[in-house]
Amino acid sequence: MKFYFFHLMPYADLDLSYQEKHNSAWVTLPNSYYDPKKGHLLYNRYLDELEYAAEVGFDGVCVNEHHQSAYGLMPTPGVIAGALARRIGPTAKIAVLGRALPLLNNPLVVAEEYAMLDNITGGRLIAGFVRGIGTEYHAWGVNPAESHDRFHEAHDLILRAWTEEGPFAFEGKYYHLNYVNIWPRAYQQPRPPIWIPSQGSRETIEWASHKSRRYTYLQTFSPVAALSRYMGMYKEEAEKQGYTASSDQLGWAVPTYVAESDEVALREAKPHIENLFNKFLHMPLEMLLPPGYLSLASMKGVMQAKTSTTGGPQTMEGLMANGMFLCGSAETVRDQIAHYQKTIGFGNILPMMQFGTLPAECVRKSTEIFAKDVIPKLRHLG
Amino acid sequence: MAEPKHSFETINGCKISLRRAGKGEPLLFLHGAGGGHIWFPFMAALSERYEVFVPEHPGFGPSDTPEWLDTVGDLAFFYLDFMEQFGLRDVHLMGASLGGWTAAEVAVRNTSRLKTVTLVSAAGIYVKGVPMGDMFLWPPEEGIRHVWKDPKWQEKMLSTPQTEEQQDLARRNRLTTAKLAWQPRWYNPQLRKWLHRIDVPTHIVWGDADGLFPAPYAKAYQELIPGSTMTMLSAGHIPQVEQADEFVEAVTSFIGKSAS
Repeated sequence: MKFYFFHLMPYADLDLSYQEKHNSAWVTLPNSYYDPKKGHLLYNRYLDELEYAAEVGFDGVCVNEHHQSAYGLMPTPGVIAGALARRIGPTAKIAVLGRALPLLNNPLVVAEEYAMLDNITGGRLIAGFVRGIGTEYHAWGVNPAESHDRFHEAHDLILRAWTEEGPFAFEGKYYHLNYVNIWPRAYQQPRPPIWIPSQGSRETIEWASHKSRRYTYLQTFSPVAALSRYMGMYKEEAEKQGYTASSDQLGWAVPTYVAESDEVALREAKPHIENLFNKFLHMPLEMLLPPGYLSLASMKGVMQAKTSTTGGPQTMEGLMANGMFLCGSAETVRDQIAHYQKTIGFGNILPMMQFGTLPAECVRKSTEIFAKDVIPKLRHLG
Repeated sequence: MAEPKHSFETINGCKISLRRAGKGEPLLFLHGAGGGHIWFPFMAALSERYEVFVPEHPGFGPSDTPEWLDTVGDLAFFYLDFMEQFGLRDVHLMGASLGGWTAAEVAVRNTSRLKTVTLVSAAGIYVKGVPMGDMFLWPPEEGIRHVWKDPKWQEKMLSTPQTEEQQDLARRNRLTTAKLAWQPRWYNPQLRKWLHRIDVPTHIVWGDADGLFPAPYAKAYQELIPGSTMTMLSAGHIPQVEQADEFVEAVTSFIGKSAS
């Protein structure tokens, strides 16, 4: 099994009383809540956390993309990846778990940016492609009803830019280019590995698992029941396509906290994990799910269930019970991961070791214990 | 109140739902984002004087969603085809909100089949410095309060639960609305350049408390369409329903004057 340290870089200094005046930490929360002096310190602290993770033995680090939100401060994740490129190594990978392709006016910016990172790191880039969450379509103005089509067209263009000799012309519905001929080309040939983070949909899984792609599918921030269902679906789809999915085609991103004992871990993590779900993820359903972001059938299901992460207040106990948060001593967390790995069969785990307002000293301790007492014991799995 | 005749009609391969009633000069009503599945009292009242056509746009209600539907301009060409197929002449073209935008797009393209144009709370232009409401971000209750002026209407809407079938329809209509109006939000930057081409009598009807396209949008439309007339009613975004009697009175009187 491989271990990737995942970061969202939230604005942890957010004045959490914002909810008295505003109904969301996204899109409409005035950016006067952001203090650049505190932001400067946070960015550097978070970069230290990512570098430390690579140093103590994680296989790689993951950066992320969200726009106009206190939830994550990496609207351009390539900047963070670039800052890391010469600081971590020599084997640690950098996974950019954006980029939200439908938001782009010209997808070649991502083909170029990823190729640059791949060249600088000598082939240690993992290329993520996402549609972004629903809020991005409010924040960016891009039409959510075009989200799927723009994603596929941008993806096809980037793949061709990496794998076909340029220059060639590209004539799509959304993108029209006379000359596709990127410099630099990708370092990894024929292309960097591609990861597809998702909260789960049959459509995404069918597409990612297709035998011509075999992209690594990442289930993010979901109850373990959903994790199990979607990973099972991926394996079934692969069989239908005539091959057996390998464990490295499956990954799980999950907030994780490890301390000296279960009791200490629970006590230290509780306010911060609850802040993540109740403060940083707070938004109306209309903001999360603009029309067209999901198919009509999926939208209907979500609206009827109304139990998304934007629902009522979450408790740490509730999150742990459904497997959305791993927390405890090294032994507890190790056993949980081993159990889920055995039943579900993923080969990559992406613990998010900073979440919400979790302070630096806790992140460091948890990272250190995880690297020392969890990773070595689970390496052989998967 | 006479029930309209409901049928499905195919125009260039696209099947749409159509309600029609009445006799007289044709009046083609283009519905807004909420859809065209309800035969409102103002339609019934208009059908006493005109032959009223209320199609459900491609992508709305049970109508087809054709591959070619990307913009309101596409919808405008569709309705030019529609009028041609039905052989309609001297049409009183009336559109509300999204349908008002569509009517304006029809009229800048070709007025040869039109006798008058009535734009009700019409989308389609942007007035600098006057932000529109964001209906895509409003939770349902907030939306109702922005769209209706009269608290009695607000309460009525808030206390009428939707059936599952109505919810399915609303989601479908909202999806097509997003497709057509999300970006640029509710307008075509090119439209205002060509509104001067509308050379038939044009009537702008608005609600003074429209929370989606505030009243200055009415004035802007009036200024952009030479010789147009404006009527401001005490209503929110849907004056044809909220002030049905005054609305019918205003539009029939305008059409009457224009015919002479």
